[in-house]
Amino acid sequence: MSQANAQALSPQSAAAAPPRQRRQTSDRAIAWLFITPTIVLLVVMNIFPLFYSLYLSFNDYSVIGSEPPKWVALDNYEKILTSERQRYWHNFTVTGRYALLSVGLQLILGFGLAMLLREKFRGSGLITTLILIPMMLSPVVVGLFWKLIFDPSKGFFNYLIYTNPRGGAEWLSDPTLGLWSIVIVDVWMWSPFVMLLCLSGLSAIPDYLYEAAAIDRASAWFQFRRITLPQVMPLLLIAVLFRTIEAFKAFDVVMGLTGGGPGDTTETVAVRLYSEAFLGKFRTGESSALAYIVLIIIIAISNLYIRALNRAREG
Amino acid sequence: MLKKSGSVFILVAMILTLAIGAGGVTAAPKAQVTELTIFWAQWPPADYLQEIGNRYEAETGIKVNVVQEPWGSFYDVMAAEWAAKGDAYDMVVGDSQWLGQGAEQGHYLELTDFMVENGIHETVTPATLQFYGEFPAGSGRYWAYPTEGDAVGWAYRKDRLEDPEEMAAFEAEYGYPLAVPETWDQLRDIAEFFYRPDENVYGVGVYTQKDYDGMIMGYENVMFSWGVDWWGEGNQVIGVVNSEEAVEALEFYKELYGFAPPGTNNAFYTEMNSVFVNGQATMIMNYFAFLPDLLNPEVNPYADVTGYFAGPAGPYGDRYTALGGQGMSVLNYISDERKQASLDFIKWFASDEVQQQWADVGGYTCNIAVLESEEFLTNTPYNAAFADSMTFVKDFWNIPAYGELLEPAQRYINGYVVGNVGTAKEALDNMAIEQHEILVEAGVLEE
Repeated sequence: MSQANAQALSPQSAAAAPPRQRRQTSDRAIAWLFITPTIVLLVVMNIFPLFYSLYLSFNDYSVIGSEPPKWVALDNYEKILTSERQRYWHNFTVTGRYALLSVGLQLILGFGLAMLLREKFRGSGLITTLILIPMMLSPVVVGLFWKLIFDPSKGFFNYLIYTNPRGGAEWLSDPTLGLWSIVIVDVWMWSPFVMLLCLSGLSAIPDYLYEAAAIDRASAWFQFRRITLPQVMPLLLIAVLFRTIEAFKAFDVVMGLTGGGPGDTTETVAVRLYSEAFLGKFRTGESSALAYIVLIIIIAISNLYIRALNRAREG
Repeated sequence: MLKKSGSVFILVAMILTLAIGAGGVTAAPKAQVTELTIFWAQWPPADYLQEIGNRYEAETGIKVNVVQEPWGSFYDVMAAEWAAKGDAYDMVVGDSQWLGQGAEQGHYLELTDFMVENGIHETVTPATLQFYGEFPAGSGRYWAYPTEGDAVGWAYRKDRLEDPEEMAAFEAEYGYPLAVPETWDQLRDIAEFFYRPDENVYGVGVYTQKDYDGMIMGYENVMFSWGVDWWGEGNQVIGVVNSEEAVEALEFYKELYGFAPPGTNNAFYTEMNSVFVNGQATMIMNYFAFLPDLLNPEVNPYADVTGYFAGPAGPYGDRYTALGGQGMSVLNYISDERKQASLDFIKWFASDEVQQQWADVGGYTCNIAVLESEEFLTNTPYNAAFADSMTFVKDFWNIPAYGELLEPAQRYINGYVVGNVGTAKEALDNMAIEQHEILVEAGVLEE
């Protein structure tokens, strides 16, 4: 011990100046220190905009206008649900149809692919990786690529399905085929995601269940229905939940492919929301109200799925 | 006690220091402007303006920065700056549709006195002054200096239209010689004649873009030339935009789209040039600002056989073309010194000499003297068509509600032309009703 230290600890010096009690930082304080930046970030980036947009949904307000928000109570909601109901209903119908077709086909294809890739074979790892590539791409890029692929004179899509490609369908300008084009692209892009979830569910099924079923001479269909499907069901429902929520937010692929056209035949709710909130209109109040209506619908659908998921788990 | 007195002394000293400092600031001479910032969309004319700005710096020592923003977010950034009453930019080269908003909401400095006193309003063509600078229409109040004139023009394949065999076949079929179309009906016949899907050759490329304003920028060329306008007496739209002539015009535009290359269902300026340089389209409509690309043989393999013409006339004697381009405005939220420096720049820029330089570097001037000069007319193959077009341009609404008026127009017209939704009459009737409601809500029209 050095002389100075010894002096500092001597009884005389202690009597002259009472020792300062060193303040200890509690574990709780340290925990707060660590989580405070995250909480601040969450409040600033998520919680505040969420509640502020809720407030704006009850106001007549344009973000580019010089007027402050003007309280109009439920007028924006009333407008969407009554006077402009017909057009908004059209947007919801398009979105619903798109969600149903797209999620349904993704389930069938994704599950089918997972069943095929469940058995390990030479190159199965490579094939799985290749199948996953579409979901790694940017949706905007995918939209623009597929726009070229669907092009009746330059794209190869019509070459694949028609003997005379130039006489083939104009996928993006036909009001009925327009939505199907978006569904095809979404299925191409996101079926691998469903496949991945199903694959993880399938690989978790213990072999002894199948062995026991085989001893009981259960048919392949019986094994699929009674073992495979119930075991994979929870993951399948999670996939459906994620994809349905995404389908309700469908924007980038739609904008990249059709821009909502022709007319408004492929205008999903998200595209409508964008055109109300931006594109020269800047109806911030009304678009906030629409966003909340979409949020409520998504929460309601999610709840239905989660209940089904819980039932599947319990069953 | 002493400690307290000391604190009070320090506080008083601080207040005095701040007061003296503040007094010093107010007493200081006015800050000299050394830099001007101009906001514009990201495209070649903005580079040309920077080049002109560099010459201004060489002459005056005041640096000019042209800040460029991609077209997709150009309006959004400016609108956000207006909402914040920001002073990041001194001037903006804004779209003609912004005039109403800029003037009515106080974002733009009124330039009437400045332009009249300096005679600037007489140096540009009346049509460009009206559509790029004046608000309200016919009021004689100016808010912008017509900077980049632009309009929809046409490019065509000379090798097809001047081919002797094609000319003979065309004349045999239609009873008049094949030449650059002077009327929309002639343009339609040529488009039909060259519509040969089996040879991957098509008649005409027209705007159909749904996402923003492309569809309308295409259709209104025909609509104006059929004698129809976007508004009538007292800003009425019902009976105007859905008149018999309007229905005829829309049906005609749809017919033209029938001769277009496949895949042009959501097409604007990029797609127009694309179907031309790949050899599919015989004629395309496009803004003059995008025609320079067609001069480049590396981009356009048919560059040496590409000709240009101005919009044709309609069946009832009207001839109009859709306006593009922008005017330069001074923003109202900057200091008086910066406003004066901006006006000085515009005065310099508007001079015949600098406008000649502007045209030489590639800008589309609206200056009458330059437009009429032989040098300008022969400078590029399309300059003559451009100068011609600048005398018969027309524009869409430029009131603050223009974005709302645009949306139903885009939706119904695109739906009918591209998607075969309903009839032309139904599309225009529905559009008229929605536009009427928007105008009533905006206070522009009485119920």
